[in-house]
Amino acid sequence: MKAKSVVTKVFAVLLIFSAFLSACAGGQAQPTEGGPMQSIGDGEGEVSIVAWAGYIERGETDPNYDWVTDFEQATNCKVTVKVAATSDEMVALMNEGGFDLVTASGDASNRLIAAGKIQEININLIPSWSKVDERLKNAPWHTVNGKHYGVPYQWGPNVLMYNTEVFGSTPPTSWSVVFEEQTLPDGQSNKGRVQAYDGAIYIADAALYLKHHKPELGIKDPYALTRDQFNAAIDLLRQQRTLIGRYWHDAFIQMDDFKNEGVVASSSWPFQVNLLQLEGQPIASVVPVEGATGWADTTMMHVDAPHPNCAYKWLEHSLNPKLQGDLAAWFGSVPAVPEACTGNALLTDTGCETNGFNNFEKIAFWKTPTTDCGDGRQECVPYHEWTTAYIAVIGGR
Amino acid sequence: MLWMGGVYLGSLATLLLNSFFYLDGFTGLVVRRFTLSTYQQLFTPSNMDIVFRTAGMALAVTLATIILAFPLSYYMSRYASKRQKGLLYLAVLLPLWSSYLVRVYAWKLILAKEGILSWFISHAGAQGLLDALLSNPVIGGSSLSLSPIGIFVVFTYVWLPYMILPIHAALERVPRSLLEASSDLGAKPLQTAWNVILPLSFPGVVAGSIFTFSLTLGDFIVPSVLGNSSFFIGQVVLSHQGTSGNIPLAAAFTMIPIVIMIVYLLIARKLGAFEAL
Repeated sequence: MKAKSVVTKVFAVLLIFSAFLSACAGGQAQPTEGGPMQSIGDGEGEVSIVAWAGYIERGETDPNYDWVTDFEQATNCKVTVKVAATSDEMVALMNEGGFDLVTASGDASNRLIAAGKIQEININLIPSWSKVDERLKNAPWHTVNGKHYGVPYQWGPNVLMYNTEVFGSTPPTSWSVVFEEQTLPDGQSNKGRVQAYDGAIYIADAALYLKHHKPELGIKDPYALTRDQFNAAIDLLRQQRTLIGRYWHDAFIQMDDFKNEGVVASSSWPFQVNLLQLEGQPIASVVPVEGATGWADTTMMHVDAPHPNCAYKWLEHSLNPKLQGDLAAWFGSVPAVPEACTGNALLTDTGCETNGFNNFEKIAFWKTPTTDCGDGRQECVPYHEWTTAYIAVIGGR
Repeated sequence: MLWMGGVYLGSLATLLLNSFFYLDGFTGLVVRRFTLSTYQQLFTPSNMDIVFRTAGMALAVTLATIILAFPLSYYMSRYASKRQKGLLYLAVLLPLWSSYLVRVYAWKLILAKEGILSWFISHAGAQGLLDALLSNPVIGGSSLSLSPIGIFVVFTYVWLPYMILPIHAALERVPRSLLEASSDLGAKPLQTAWNVILPLSFPGVVAGSIFTFSLTLGDFIVPSVLGNSSFFIGQVVLSHQGTSGNIPLAAAFTMIPIVIMIVYLLIARKLGAFEAL
């Protein structure tokens, strides 16, 4: 009898909790619509930024890479950084509020704008805007209905990394080395010696490959796939599964796999390529004929930013060619300001080209797939189905 | 106490509640309305593969740790001198002082294709054996660290201490007089082991298996560092919750290990495991 009443009590507590939570649910914050700021006042003494690891460096990791100290001295705005590991974390932090700026990638930026968490930027208040790469100025991941919701920060491609000893004088020119079974220049099959990224967004890489090799599917945008196109991409990935020993997830584990596991070709970031080359490994990278997927990050400002004046000062500072060049060298990315490509000691004059500056047109920039196909149709496969399908592919289904 | 219980049960209740919501395919937002459609998504063949893969691994690891831990614990409780016992305790517990992550990554290097173990194996002339093992379609892979064998080895290694300690505690409690009585009555050593020692220490084995089984069931780090990238339950939850924002499905997935463990614990209680703790 006693035990029973305890159980009853526990259930009662559970029920009350559930009811309470249901009552709390619902009621999403409505976007508040106001014009952008018209002038910058005095600094508030601080600015807080949500950023990717390595994006805001103050010389603590390596004293040569410091683009915060001089900003703090010049403006008296103390910079605090909250490092986020994923786009979802960034979205969650910005939804929570209390931050001024975020360095959002293409998958997060439109979500944030749509949720009304980001304020429009008055580009007239940012003198350096004129220096921004023309190709980025009106990019759809931060420009909605002609309004700018942020300042481009950095971008980069997902390159095809390969082992130069294996490929020798015939570097790969197509993603087929990771999608189709074939004999590599060293005479052995590529089976078990290639890798693919283990995030569902990699389906877009397969779609990009099909766009080039199976035009009859009619793929235009690898992030907006109809059911048939999506299934074709999944079929390709299933075939790829038989070639892959292991998918990569962590940049450092991938580097280890190239060194110790006999992996010779994979999609990768310039970051790994640069580090491996620094170690003297026989590694090079290429953007194949099919093009590549890539990421582009934008510094965006919260709609209720507590320190808007300092935030604007940082936005201006973030386009400083010195900062842009140093950051590109540090992260293996491409500056949003072309001026940064010349005369930077850390990046060197060939740095931009190495990191992919001339490949902009070949890159399909990352964005979150939704049911909206972008041409009025609402039948595309949304991202959560991408995740489910890709998990099944990796599991061998 | 009440507060702790509230936090604990409250979060479990939220989890349960979330698993009955669903994700709107159009907006990608969670719709907070009661539905069973999330569970319908859960019971698909590819998800069941993941559940069976994880549970199978947990079972294999549990059995392997029992087989490895039993002789050692027996030696520790019966034959080791005080000094030896201290040293053995230290040896069992010492790995727990270093970070689990460090040990997992170290194993990745040991098991790598061009790693130290493969080097030894090829120099010992057993390359053919290794290749034959790795060509098995179910447990094989392109190298030890990229195959389910690698995951199995590392899981067995990291959870072994959690099996040794409870078995050891249970064996310590088996009275010596009973063993003597058994041999006085004419039982051969194996008969004594089977009919006296095993039943008396069984609660300890079950207690240890709770640790190894549940820890393997919930782990997502080992299968993400080693193995052939096939998902385990922990990784699926992480990717549904973390990257695609499909919290209902992640919550529903979490229900599976919870249910498995509830059943497991009920059986364990029947077998008297909690008296051995």
